[in-house]
Amino acid sequence: MTEHAKHDKGEKPRIGVFVCHCGSNIGGFVDVPSAAEYAKTLPDVAYATDNLYTCAEDGLNAIREGIRKHNLNRVIVASCTPRTHAPLFQATCESAGLNKYLFTFVNIREHCSWVHMKEKDGATKKAKDLIRMGVARARLLQPQEEAKVEVAPVGLVIGGGVSGMTAALSLADMGFPVHLVERDGDLGGFVKILNNLYVTDKSAADTIRPLIEKVTKHKNITVYLNSTMKSVEGFIGNYDIVIGRKGGEDVKAKVGTIVVATGALELVPEGLYGYNQYPNVVTLTEFEILCKKKTLPKLKNVAFIQCVGSRGQKMSYCSRICCNVSIKNAINIVDNYENMLGLMEKQGTLIDKVPVEQKATDEILERRRRRRGRDAGAAEEGGAEEVKLGPSEKIEVTVFNRDVMAYGVEHELTYNKAREKRVKFVRYTTDHLPKAFMEGNQLMLTYFHETLKLERTMPVDMVVLATPLINQPDAGDLSKMLKVPLGQEGFFLEAHVKLRPVDFATDGIYVAGTCRGPADITECAFQGAAAASRAAIPMAKGYVQAEALSSVVDENKCTGCGTCMQVCPYGALRKNDKGFAEVIIAACKGCGCCGATCPEGAITMTNYTDAQLLAEAKAALEEG
Amino acid sequence: MKMAEAQEKNWEPKIIGFLCNWCSYAGADLCGVSRYQYPTNIRSVRVMCSTRISPHLVLDIFKSGADGIMLGGCHIGDCHYISGNYYTEKRVRLMKRLMEEAGMEPERLRLEWVSASEGEKFSKVVSEFTEQVRKLGPTKVKSDANQRSKVAAADDASETFRLKALVGKEINLVQKGNVYENKLDPKELEKIIDSATEEEFERSLILELSRTKPRSVKELGQLMEVPTDKVLRHIVVLRQKNLISMEHPEGFTPTYKTIEIGGEQ
Repeated sequence: MTEHAKHDKGEKPRIGVFVCHCGSNIGGFVDVPSAAEYAKTLPDVAYATDNLYTCAEDGLNAIREGIRKHNLNRVIVASCTPRTHAPLFQATCESAGLNKYLFTFVNIREHCSWVHMKEKDGATKKAKDLIRMGVARARLLQPQEEAKVEVAPVGLVIGGGVSGMTAALSLADMGFPVHLVERDGDLGGFVKILNNLYVTDKSAADTIRPLIEKVTKHKNITVYLNSTMKSVEGFIGNYDIVIGRKGGEDVKAKVGTIVVATGALELVPEGLYGYNQYPNVVTLTEFEILCKKKTLPKLKNVAFIQCVGSRGQKMSYCSRICCNVSIKNAINIVDNYENMLGLMEKQGTLIDKVPVEQKATDEILERRRRRRGRDAGAAEEGGAEEVKLGPSEKIEVTVFNRDVMAYGVEHELTYNKAREKRVKFVRYTTDHLPKAFMEGNQLMLTYFHETLKLERTMPVDMVVLATPLINQPDAGDLSKMLKVPLGQEGFFLEAHVKLRPVDFATDGIYVAGTCRGPADITECAFQGAAAASRAAIPMAKGYVQAEALSSVVDENKCTGCGTCMQVCPYGALRKNDKGFAEVIIAACKGCGCCGATCPEGAITMTNYTDAQLLAEAKAALEEG
Repeated sequence: MKMAEAQEKNWEPKIIGFLCNWCSYAGADLCGVSRYQYPTNIRSVRVMCSTRISPHLVLDIFKSGADGIMLGGCHIGDCHYISGNYYTEKRVRLMKRLMEEAGMEPERLRLEWVSASEGEKFSKVVSEFTEQVRKLGPTKVKSDANQRSKVAAADDASETFRLKALVGKEINLVQKGNVYENKLDPKELEKIIDSATEEEFERSLILELSRTKPRSVKELGQLMEVPTDKVLRHIVVLRQKNLISMEHPEGFTPTYKTIEIGGEQ
């Protein structure tokens, strides 16, 4: 960095302009030599030349040589787009001892030669104007230092389900201490209340027990049960967190990175298919728990209805996992109902029916209470006549669906298996939704048979509604606390759906599992591991380097009105001890919103000052 | 005169584009890669986000003689900086209101959402806008001193604490509520901003007109085409803020002169 010192504020700019032919890509449509000649006439330009390919080794050498020979302290390359080539030319400048922030890129290919291929005069004039604009900008540039910010090598994982536990375990195995915060009284998340899991057909509890044991026993993991996040302040590498513990004292800690894995709930299908209206109408999760507890009524006909409340009914999206979950439960009931019936009769757990408001078992009532914000206790209904089952009659299972999404390698096989077991799959369309109603004491279902083009009615003993996963009702609070966004459907929104699927746009915070959208256990484990590996990068490195593109507050002008803090999407501004706005360099991304907002004009952007932008734009208005 | 006519004939619109790095600039890059052609008039400046563009930047460039300015950002909901373009939208509304106040066609300013994948759209938008500006003709800022003062006043008004704070807080006041947690009706708030815009513009224009020469209320009213009682009310506010001073009355009519702050003039 000592070499950069010579390009300090006092020194008069000596600008070098390198105009590129890019073979014939620019040279074929713009008079490049005349543009380079023109550049020599501009103020503070000490050297200008044209190269066949500036990005080739001899082109880069010409830049290095130019800097040395002509003592250049600003470099302009007029060629292609900064979006691809800026890092190369900046590195070249640095290798010749020039601070990379003294480099200016002028785009005369994508924005000129390639879009004005039939107007050589116009394109040449424009190229000259663009170079003049670049020179105007370059004259005002200042060298910048990139701030290094230390990262505390401690992780925080919010949520103790499969995603959260996997993330915590991965981080802990890498040697980082981890705080794992879980709202419930025990680990396991949504999975812990389920019955059997698909593909493996193993019980949910058995499946996740080893994971829970590893997490609980790991020396690097501190588990906080019955706990929630009270506050999170700070930025990547330096978060001050407060964990609120039910009936205990708050815990304060400093962490470097945060993984959000708060999971999801199932949608309660109020007003759909007689839910909360007729007995024996339950959601898929409720049905699974009834099977697990073996407290079912006598069943002959079971109807599953897919896409209840999803794909445009209440939520726009497909919840992805419910087809497979329904198929799993259909197979389970076909295979095991007779055994279960015997067992239930012996144990006395056979019930008349599942009354309205009594379907949900304790496990999901707690989850639901959070959603509805009210107690879920309800009055019992009067007895109803049970449907007689002939001893030899087999259970009939029908899955009413819009399409079966048994995607992937294993699920298609499971789907076929269900069909082999004579589970019926009947398609419905949104024009003709199935309808549940009561005929006397008998639950009935009417549906439109798409193949026969006929409306049909059948008696059913139980209707199972496959509803989508939705984000936790209080996800908004966490979203505000962490300053990370929720998407349109209420799930946490990642930085980029394809390229950065477990990062938030805010550095240092990562997302995994069903809080970012419906996912099954396998996918949650992937995401948990992925988020942990992303979170580990800055912690393993020990520091982050902030690009010198941040806002700067002039305390002489700031009045502490706080408008900038309201508009910053990253929470990168805070009030300092003196009551003035202060930029957290590591958190600032340099978008400039605060700068354009500040009512006192006290904020400016490093490397994109008003003066630089105005000089560049106004240079275009001069006659060349 | 003949030369002016000749210049008029050869006139080509001067258009400045401010393109955000992540969407519009990338869209313009793709446009080039795909060889979609457009007129040569636009000169683009790259910014990290469209939210960087304050009303002052736009109005100052209009003051310097740009015929048209185009702002390009990411589509709403796709902003690389999460919410930057929501603010851009609000600020562009203010810019256009101020341009109207200054008697300048608001169509000279255009806001477009162009994503990184919309190369063809970029060429269409730029071609359309160039044509639009061509139809509007050259800006009067250079030929008409009155127009220049008005644009300068609009620029000054855009820098006032009141307008910047109102527009900066607009989204918060509507979506999250004020300190009493009352959410304001967006239409109501727009009305408040509009009337503040008019007032601040008129006050800035008074200061602009009284900078070089003391003016009477009547004279200002005539120049600005604003009723004299309204001008007087502005003068009272400006005097309270110590921005304007009363000069020696000419006969019975007092005149006012702008107090220059700082040592620039």
